[in-house]
Formats: sequence, C-alpha cells, structure tokens
Amino acid sequence: MEYFLQQLINGLTLGAIYGLIAIGYTMVYGIIGMINFAHGEIYMIGAFVSVITFLVLGALGITWVPLALALMLIFAMLFTSVYGWTVERIAYRPLRGSQRLAPLISAIGMSIFLQNYVQVLQGARVKPLPPIVSGGFSVMERADGFVVSLSYLQIFIILLTVALMYGFTQLIQRTELGRAQRACEQDKVMAGLLGVNVDRTISLTFVMGAALAAVAGMMVTLYYGVIDFYIGFLAGVKAFTAAVLGGIGSLPGAMLGGLCIGLIEAFWSAYFTTEYKDVAAFSILVLVLIFRPTGLLGRPEIEKV
Amino acid sequence: MTALPLSRSRGIQWSAVLREAGLTAFVAFLLTVPLVGLRTVDRPTGLTIDARFDEVLVAVFLVFIGRLGLGLIREGQALLVLVLALLATGVGIVAPLPTQVLEVILVGGGLVIAIRATVTLVTNRSTLSQAERDKRMDVVAAKVQHASRWLAPIGIGFALIFPFLPFADRHLIDIGILLLTYIMLGWGLNIVVGLAGLLDLGYVAFYAVGAYSYALLATIFGWSFWVCLPLAGLFAALSGVLLGFPVLRLRGDYFAIVTLGFGEIIRIVLLNWYEFTGGPNGIIGIPRPTFFGIADFTRTPTDGMPAFHELFGLPFSSLQRIIFLYYVILVLALIVNVFTLRVRKLPLGRAWEALREDDIASASLGINRTNAKLAAFAIAAMFGGFAGSFFATRQGFISPESFTFIESAIILAIVVLGGMGSQLGVVIATFLVIGLPEVFRELEQYRMLAFGAGMVLIMLWRPRGLLAHRDPTVTLGGARKAPSGPGSAAAGGVS
Repeated sequence: MEYFLQQLINGLTLGAIYGLIAIGYTMVYGIIGMINFAHGEIYMIGAFVSVITFLVLGALGITWVPLALALMLIFAMLFTSVYGWTVERIAYRPLRGSQRLAPLISAIGMSIFLQNYVQVLQGARVKPLPPIVSGGFSVMERADGFVVSLSYLQIFIILLTVALMYGFTQLIQRTELGRAQRACEQDKVMAGLLGVNVDRTISLTFVMGAALAAVAGMMVTLYYGVIDFYIGFLAGVKAFTAAVLGGIGSLPGAMLGGLCIGLIEAFWSAYFTTEYKDVAAFSILVLVLIFRPTGLLGRPEIEKV
Repeated sequence: MTALPLSRSRGIQWSAVLREAGLTAFVAFLLTVPLVGLRTVDRPTGLTIDARFDEVLVAVFLVFIGRLGLGLIREGQALLVLVLALLATGVGIVAPLPTQVLEVILVGGGLVIAIRATVTLVTNRSTLSQAERDKRMDVVAAKVQHASRWLAPIGIGFALIFPFLPFADRHLIDIGILLLTYIMLGWGLNIVVGLAGLLDLGYVAFYAVGAYSYALLATIFGWSFWVCLPLAGLFAALSGVLLGFPVLRLRGDYFAIVTLGFGEIIRIVLLNWYEFTGGPNGIIGIPRPTFFGIADFTRTPTDGMPAFHELFGLPFSSLQRIIFLYYVILVLALIVNVFTLRVRKLPLGRAWEALREDDIASASLGINRTNAKLAAFAIAAMFGGFAGSFFATRQGFISPESFTFIESAIILAIVVLGGMGSQLGVVIATFLVIGLPEVFRELEQYRMLAFGAGMVLIMLWRPRGLLAHRDPTVTLGGARKAPSGPGSAAAGGVS
C-alpha cells in the first residue's frame, strides 16, 4: 500500500510533465492537422534554456530560490516560444496546403536539425545540475522503514501544472484568442472570412505549445537534475502517445492522457522491469490507435470521400 | 510568397525594408542569445557558463544584412544586391575567416541571395509562386525521367565496371557499397511509401531483423551467408506481416507514428534481451561471405575451402573481398529495382498505386485493401531484411546502435526527397543525402545539422520531392506510350 502510494505520487509528477508537452501536440494537431514532430525538441530547448538561466543567475549571485525559479520559468518560456514561433514560420507555414507528407518530413528534418544544433553548441555530454529545491514531507511510514515521501519539488510541479492548466483553459474558453483558435480548428477558410487572422492564430498556437513545453523542460531539469540534447525524442513520442490516448485535439484529453502515461510508466517500472518501460509506452500507443483511435475523450473523425 | 510586379518609378521604401530586416534580426537575437551566446561548459568545479556574445552579434548582423538584401530585391534593386551578394561570396571564399562555419554561411547565403537576385533580374518578378516553381521543376523532372531511358543503362554500366576503374581505391569502393546499401533500402521502402502510399517510419526494424537473423544463424549454427540470406529475408517478411496486420487499418499520420513505435520496440528489445542478442554489446565475429560457398577470401582458408585468389590464379589482395561485396549489394539492389518496375504492371502493383491515390475509391472497386497493403509491407520488409543481412556480413559486427530512429528517418528522407515512387529519384537522393556528407567529412560535427536543414529546405523548395513528376505506369491502349516500356525495364531500366 505504501509502495503503491509512493508510485502514485511519482507517476502523477511524471504525468504532469508529459501532459504539458502533450498539450502542444494536441493543439497543433487540432488546428492544422499535422504532427509537430519537432515539439519534443522544443521541450529539450526549454530544458537547456532553464539550465543556462540557472547558471547565469548563479553567476549573477541571485540565489533566492523562489526568485530564481520564477526567472527560470519566465526566461525558459520566453526564449523557447521564440523557437516555437520560428519553427512554424520557417518549416511549416510555407507548406500549409501542400500535400500531407511534406510538413511531416519537414518536421522530422527540423527535429534532427534542432537536436544537432543544440549538440554542436552545447556539447553532447549530459548536463548535471545541483538540486535547487530539496526536502519534502514524509507522508507515512511502513513498519519496515519504507517512507512514502512527497518532495516540495513534486508539490511545486503538480501545483504549477494545475495552475497552468486552469489558466490555459480560461484562455481557450474566455479570450478572443481562444475563440479565434477554436474557430480556426473548425474551419480555417470560414474563420478567415469572418475576420480572424488565421496565420497569426496558428503562430500563437505554436507559441503557446512551446511555452508549455518549456515549462515541462524546466520541470524535468529540476526533477531529474540531468539533461542532454537527446531527451526530446523519447519525451516527444511519449507525450504524443499521451495526446493520442486522451483523444487528439482535446485539451483535457491531453492532460488525462499525460497522467495515464505517467502513472503507467511509474507502476510498470515499480512492479515489472525498468528496461522495458519505454516498450510499455509504445505498446499503449499501438493498442490505443488500433482499438480506440479517437482516444478517451476525442470525437470520432468522420471519413469523407 | 506573393509575386509583386516591380515598378521602378516608386522610390525605395526604406522604412518598411529596414523595419522588416530589424524585426528578423531581433528574432535572430532572441534565438541566439541563450543557446549560442551562453555555452554551458563542464569544469572540474561543476557546470559553468561561457559567454560568446561576439558570435551572437555576427549572427544577428548577417541575418540583418541578408534580410535587407531580400527586401531590396523586392524593391527593385536586384542588380545592386546581386553585386553585393557575389562580393560577400567572394569574401567568404578568399578572406581568412576565424571559423569555417562563418565561411559556409557567407558563401551559402551570398549564393542564395545572388540566385534570388538573378531570377528577379531575368523574370522581372520578385519571387516565383509555389505553383509556378513547381511547374518549372516538373518540366525538368519530366526531362530527367525521359532521359532515364538511356541514363539508367549508362548508370548501371558504370556501376558494373566501377571497381576496376583506375581511380577506384578501397575508400571509394567502400563509399560505393554504402551508397548501394542505402539505394537498396530506399528502393525497398519505396514499395511501401512510393507505391502503396503508406508512410513507414519504422523501416529500420526490418533491417534490424534481417541483420540479427543472419548474425544469430551464422554465429550459433555456423550456416553460410548464402543459406542465411533467404532465411533472413523470410524472417523479415514474417515480422512485416506480424507488425503490419494490426496497423494497416490506420491511415496517414497515425500509421506513421505506430510504425515508429514498432521500430523503437524492436530496438529496445534487442537492447535488453542480453541472453539472445548480446544487448548493447551486440554480436561480434559475424562470418564474412564466401564466394558462393566455393572459395574463401582469406589468404589461407582454415576449413578446407580453396582460397579465392588461388582458385582464379590471381595474386592475393584484400580488395577482392570488398569488390565481391560491392557486386553482391549491386545485384541485390538491382533485384529490388527490377522487381519494382515489373510489379507496377501487375495487378498487385496497380492496386498499390490505386490505393495510394484514393483509399476509399479503390476499396469500392473491389481491391482487398488489407491484402494489398500487407503484401507491400511484407515485400518491402523482405528487401529490408536482405539489406540487413548484407550489412551484418559486411560489418562483421552489429549492435542496436545501428538501428535507431534516425536511420529510418534517413531512408524515408531518401525516398521522399527523391520524389515518391520514382526509382531514379531514390538514386539521386541517396547521392545527396549519403554521398555529400561523405565528401565533407571534415565538417563531421555539422553533418547531421546540415542533413536536417537540407531536409527542411528541399521540402520547402519542392514539397513533392525532386523527381516527383511521373507519367502513369499503365495508360489506356495506345493513347500515349508509357515512358518506361517493357524493353527498358527488362534491361534493368530505372524510371
């Protein structure tokens, strides 16, 4: 029971991170119907920017943890969203309306480019970081001394995710931008006729996805303490799995899918073997797509001739 | 990409041009500050930061100038920009610059802008629209396609005599083998992607199955390459059927992602199943192929087999085995090509092409979708398996490292860049994707960087692939002669 509880906590933390990345996939798929293959790389860039910001803050002598965290968050979101915007502008926008495979190939190319861009500039070795937020509660203790702990960092990650999700849902449902996004999702031509700037809306979708991925990148940096240029690929595929599991195009679905993937991965590692935990994620992807392609919360897609 | 007519009467709108260039430069500044300007460096004391703001400034300046140049072309100053761009290219070539990267950027950027300016001067238009560009490229592509009737025999003839040409040394033949391996993989994947229209992101899985089948059969049972080759193909085809069966109902992007998932699952299993596959250490000591089981390529064969050089009365040379390997892969690749060219004319091949064009329409015409797609998947997997066992015997060592996603992406890039369904396109794309980086080995570090950028650029420039234009394989009775007639196909023509 205690062991189970601990895995539940770990899984929820992991799931929050996957969920934040998954939102980027699901929004882009919803609005332009393509898999943004470079999204995992955007998340990786977010992680790097937060490491760099942390080091710069250290060099400047800013060591008050809340301020440092806030600045890391702001800078990671800012710089990473510029990357998200540029990727869309350069690699996807000119290909809009061209045949289906072209944007996907372009996205794969972009993903390879960004990965190697970071590798060339920042080096291929893993970047270790000292723990910034340490300590936590011990929730309960088993007779044999196994302690279920809930670290401050895990609380921070889960609370931040909840806050971002709330803000984000409000943004989509209440603001003009959110309305424009939902309009573009349904019918781009009609939205354009009614005065929505479609290009700008799509760009902002990428910016928002990138900003959320940057938050996920910063969380991973804090949580694991090591990053390298290759983390984007696996996290990207898992987050995409989460988006598909939740029902692609659906925002609550992405979060739910992220939580499911995080929990499955945590429990799989705990009760089976760690080596095959990635196989678990991929198998879920395959199974969901075969048996329930619309995901948990997605709407069925009607096949038109 | 709007094509504005040029009017010289209007003055240059400096404010607009400058604002545009400034904005682009500002974006470049934001992009480069964190990752280019601040480098993380490992020091004994821990991770520290190293500021390189000079590089940021240079990058921002170059972006500003480049954007300004493009803006001025649109404002009717193409001649001036052309001269300046050529000047920049010249400076890049002649002047000693601190880094090679800067040189490449100067030369490349200068040339691109110069070409844009020239086009503007010639056509009196700022840029061509996507459709116009596509139409022009189509004309070129059609010409190349028609030329392939005589180009293909020449190419194959050259490939046949290549190892005996005076300049062909060991290094060049090795590159030839590498190119042919990728050409074969490209042709194999072309069956799935180009003919049947299924985007397979996990083709490397079958390559891996073929490689491991041969390696395990050869090291455990000691069977020879020529016995294992068909078996490896069979296993790969079997795995293709097993993996393909559940996923063939999916369409488009979903199919792509599931195949990616399968590719990764196979790699992770290979990595973790120590007892069987040797895990990350891989399999070493994979036997080299013999001369069809008749002779061996070593100087003094151990197991009673005659030595190749003694059998043919030649002096011993280690090059003989490499040349033999070269011919093995050449023949294997040509088999794939001839198969593809022939199968296109069979009902199965036509069913594939119909499925690619319209899934639903072909189903309503009575084509069994699952069977046709499964056949494409299995046949392509089989060829991938052949290539894999060739890879294993050539390297003598395999490990899961060789079968990562990036390998699948490279093969897919070859097929898509070449123009899906075009056999000649695969060859050209292989030379671009695999051959060019081999030439620029000194810039090893930037190899994959350039590869990714190249993939994006070719897609932007020509979304349907370089040689996308293709006449229908089969046309209605004599209305128009099909370009790749049976004669050229029998001669091993590449169309």
